Amino acid sequence: MIEVDRVGRSFTVGRGRSRRTVHAVQDLSFTIDAGEFVGYLGPNGAGKSTTIKMLTGILAPTSGRIEVAGLDPTRRRTALARRIGVVFGQRTTLWWDLPLKDSFDLIRHLYKVDRDDFRRRLAELTDLLDLGGFMNTPVRQLSLGQRMRGDVTAALLHDPAVLVLDEPTIGLDVVSKAAMRAFLGRLNAERGTTVLLTTHDLGDIEKLCRRVMLIHHGRLGFDGTLDDLRATAPGEDSIEDVVTHLYTASPADR
Amino acid sequence: MPRRHPEEAAFPPRARFPSRPRPPARTRPPRRSGLLSRTRLPLYARIARYGFRRHSAYRAAALAGAFTNTVFGILRAYVLIALWQARPGLAGYDVADAVTFCFLSQAFIGPMQLFGGGLQLAERVRGGDIAVDLARPASLQAWNLADDLGRAAYLLLLRSVPPTLVGAALFGVVFPADPAVWGFFAVSFLLGVIVSFGWRYLVALSSFWIVDDRGTQSLSLVLMMFFSGMVLPLNLFPGWLGALAQSLPWAAMVQIPADVYLGKRDVPQALALQLLWAAALLALGALATRAARRKVVVQGG
Repeated sequence: MIEVDRVGRSFTVGRGRSRRTVHAVQDLSFTIDAGEFVGYLGPNGAGKSTTIKMLTGILAPTSGRIEVAGLDPTRRRTALARRIGVVFGQRTTLWWDLPLKDSFDLIRHLYKVDRDDFRRRLAELTDLLDLGGFMNTPVRQLSLGQRMRGDVTAALLHDPAVLVLDEPTIGLDVVSKAAMRAFLGRLNAERGTTVLLTTHDLGDIEKLCRRVMLIHHGRLGFDGTLDDLRATAPGEDSIEDVVTHLYTASPADR
Repeated sequence: MPRRHPEEAAFPPRARFPSRPRPPARTRPPRRSGLLSRTRLPLYARIARYGFRRHSAYRAAALAGAFTNTVFGILRAYVLIALWQARPGLAGYDVADAVTFCFLSQAFIGPMQLFGGGLQLAERVRGGDIAVDLARPASLQAWNLADDLGRAAYLLLLRSVPPTLVGAALFGVVFPADPAVWGFFAVSFLLGVIVSFGWRYLVALSSFWIVDDRGTQSLSLVLMMFFSGMVLPLNLFPGWLGALAQSLPWAAMVQIPADVYLGKRDVPQALALQLLWAAALLALGALATRAARRKVVVQGG
């Protein structure tokens, strides 16, 4: 479903003498099959968001090849957008000044979703994510937890085969987080939606992800199951310690 | 139904689909009325309608703007009256034309955003929210244009009509008797808004490359104020400067629509110039959007 083949992305930063090239992602390769639930970990600045932006066609890779849902994201961005759902936890796709339902209505037209399908899916998502109480509330008045549920709904209205989530639980309280996790787990298990999730919350990983990929300094540092991940640091007890170990022990290639 | 705390609604879902009795989900179709709420409305028309509605959330700001535009219109009108009384017939206007020009240009400030801005694009680029816009299956430019037209329509009602009416009541303004003139003016006005958008879109897009758009914004402000005819009618500019100013895109935002209204300009030529600039700026904007897509750094994590 997602194929990443020796992908690199560099940025030129600064000007004049301080001008230099930063390799946000280097030689990154992985494949995600349909129906997988993959956690994508990495310290801040490791290249997670850059990867997500390349997978969704927002950024073009400087080298390598990407295929998502059978399409080259950069070239077929619009077609791809209709096949995948994206949630940027720190941003919102909803219209700040409009009631939630109006945002959904716009998204229906944006993604050209059939009206009956839309109604059915929205009713289902409204039920599962408990949106009923604030459908008519302008988005700017929603709490973060409500907004995030709205954003997840917005990403799923066109029934994408792949859902890419960039920190969907950031800033959520324990209850909202649990609700979000439960929902994502069921989406994957019951609908078979392929999910790629970046997060700093290891609880998300433990609860949801059968497979974990870890990126460090722009390179893939680990790719395996949660148990494999634990096995990399047998001395450590908690998943936090294991990941800390990996983050700090990975050879820095500078 | 007892009110629940908003977050309480987010308790972990039950093992199966919700079984707890609850009021039925609101599936009632939204109220539909009027011509513009047809369900077959194309996407961009819909975005324009939402642009209109989005801006109507800031009615107080629009009304405050209308008040300011009116007060400054009155001040400018006195200055222009003094000028035209000293030099009657200057630039082919009489006093009534000059006063009308003054209130028209005040009325254009809102819809044409003569002080710059109006688009959230620059802010979204700087803050990284542009990632969301770029991920949508839509044209960034067409999207922003549609939204901006909705905004302009709203501000036309709230910020253009009041100063014009006050001007008419206090000083008397020219009202064309010929309905054709109103028709031409409407087209010219719309083209003016599109040219204004084309220009502001390019200015906003510059923040993809230079991060802080305050420099380009203030440069744009000076150009728009001076070369649109907002500060002084372009007819007053001498010689080559006048000729140049009349053919630049900013003239399409104030001077040309005002002259079309006053019947001071050859209509086909006026509209052709506006159309040309609208097309040129939109084409440039499309190219710049493509370039931005290819080489931008999308800010933020």
